[in-house]
Amino acid sequence: MKKTLIIDSHSAAETRRVGRLLGQFLKPGSLVALSGELGSGKTQFIKGLASGLGVDKNYQVTSPSFVLINEYPGRIPLYHLDLFRLSEGKDLEEMGLEEYFYGPGVTAIEWAEKATPFVPPQRIWVDIRWTGPNSRQLRIKAAGQKNAQILEAVSKEIKIRSFKQ
Amino acid sequence: MLVLAIESSCDDTAVAVVEDGKRILSNWVSSQIEVHRKYGGVVPELASRRHIETIIPVTRAALEKARASLDDIDGIAVTRGPGLVGSLLVGLSVAKSLAYVKGKPLVGVNHIDGHLSAVFLEREDLTFPFLGLVVSGGHTSLYRVEGVGETQLLGRTRDDAAGEVFDKVAKALGLGYPGGPIIDNLSKRLGSEAIRFPRALLSSKTLDFSFSGLKTAVVNYLKAHPLSRDEEDRLIGIVAGFQEAVVDVLLRKAGQAARQEGLERIVVSGGVASNSYLRERFCEMARNEDRAVFFPSPRLCTDNAAMIGVVGYHYFQKGWTSPLSLNAFANLPTPPIPTDEVLD
Repeated sequence: MKKTLIIDSHSAAETRRVGRLLGQFLKPGSLVALSGELGSGKTQFIKGLASGLGVDKNYQVTSPSFVLINEYPGRIPLYHLDLFRLSEGKDLEEMGLEEYFYGPGVTAIEWAEKATPFVPPQRIWVDIRWTGPNSRQLRIKAAGQKNAQILEAVSKEIKIRSFKQ
Repeated sequence: MLVLAIESSCDDTAVAVVEDGKRILSNWVSSQIEVHRKYGGVVPELASRRHIETIIPVTRAALEKARASLDDIDGIAVTRGPGLVGSLLVGLSVAKSLAYVKGKPLVGVNHIDGHLSAVFLEREDLTFPFLGLVVSGGHTSLYRVEGVGETQLLGRTRDDAAGEVFDKVAKALGLGYPGGPIIDNLSKRLGSEAIRFPRALLSSKTLDFSFSGLKTAVVNYLKAHPLSRDEEDRLIGIVAGFQEAVVDVLLRKAGQAARQEGLERIVVSGGVASNSYLRERFCEMARNEDRAVFFPSPRLCTDNAAMIGVVGYHYFQKGWTSPLSLNAFANLPTPPIPTDEVLD
C-alpha cells in the first residue's frame, strides 16, 4: 500500500492540479494536513482540493488566516482551517476546532505543524518544500489504511496523466 | 436617538454611544495589540478570553464618557459577523442581556456594513451611491453602495486579504506585529529605489484581487538575496516596494470599478485604509480623474463600535430589529459571483 508520494510541481497551477486529483478521491471525514513555509502554495493546493471535492468554482477559496476557518459546500463539504495565527502547540481542543475533524466533510488544515499533537493520527499529510522560485516538492504521506488506499489511487492516476502543461 | 453599539468580531473589544447615527458621544476601543504582539498575530482563543475580561469595563466606560445611563439608550446594535465566533459571542451575549433586562430594541449588524458606514461619522454630506473599498486583515472587497446596508459585491480577493499580506510579509522579515503600520512607517524612510515586485492585476474583465503571488515574490526575493541585519536601506527598499505593489493593485481595481459603475465618489475603509501611502495615492488618483475620495480618520478605519452604531441607527429608523435568538455567523464563504478564472 502506498504510504508516501513525492511529486515535483513546477507552477501554482500544477500544485492546484495535484490538489484536485487528491480531492477527487477523498471521502467524508478525510483529513488533510498541510505544512510548508509562507508562499509555498498551501492555499493553492486547497483551491485544487476544493475543485476535486465538487465545490462550485465560483466560490473563491481564500486564505482563512485571519478568520481561522472557511466552510464551502460541495459534493463533500470542505472545512478549510488555517492555524497561521496560533502560537506553537496551541490546544485545538480548547478552541473547538476539533469538532470539524469528525464531521461529514473533508477538513484541510494549513500550518498544521503548529498543532501536530492535536491533528488526528488518521490523516494525509502534505508537506510542501520550496525548491526554486516556481518549483516545489510535494511530499504526501498517508496514515491509516483508508488514506493509504486513497494515496494509492492518486499515485496510479498520476502515472497515467502528465501534470505538466 | 442614542444607540449603544458593541463590536467584538476580532481582537478589539469596542463599545460606543452614537447619537442619530452621526455624532460620537463615546467610542471606546480596548486595543489588544499588546496582548497579541508576542505571538506575531491575533490568537483567537486569547481574544475571546480577553473580550470577556474587558467588555463590561469598556461598556461602563463608554456610557460614562457619553454621560448616559442604560435607561437613556434607545437601542442596542451589535456586530453579528463575520468574525471569530468565540469573540462575536461575547459581544452578542452582552448586547442581548442588556436589551432583555432593560427592554431595549436590539439589532444585529454586519461588520462590513459598519466599515462602509464609518465615513458618515465625519461626513454627513456624503451621498449615495458610492464605490466602497473595504481593505483590512480579513477583507479586500469592492462594493457598490446604494444605502446603509444596501451593498452589491463587485470584486474581492481570490486568496489573501491585503492586511494579511502586510502581516505575513512583516513576519517573514522579522518586523513584528501588526505589519501594516510598521511597513508604512519604514517605507517613509525610503532613500534610494524601492524594489519592484510584480502586480497581480488578473484580467481586466474582473474586479477581483490577488495578493498571494506578491507574498511569494517577496519570499522568493529573500531566498535569492538574503537580508542581513545591518542592511536597513535594503530592508526599507523591500517593504516600500511591497507596499507600492499592494497599493497599485488596490488603486487600479478601484479606479476600474468606479469607471465601470459610473461612480464619482469612492469610500476607502478598513484597517489598511489608514496606511498613509495608500491615502496619498488615492487622493492623487481622485484629483487626476475628477472623483471624490473619502477616508474615515484612522481611528475609525480600524475596528470600532461607532461604525456599528451608525448602521444600527439606520436600521432602527427603518423599523428593523433582531430577536433575542440572534446568532453570530463566522465566515460564510464569499457568495459565488461569476469569475473568468478557470482552474486549468
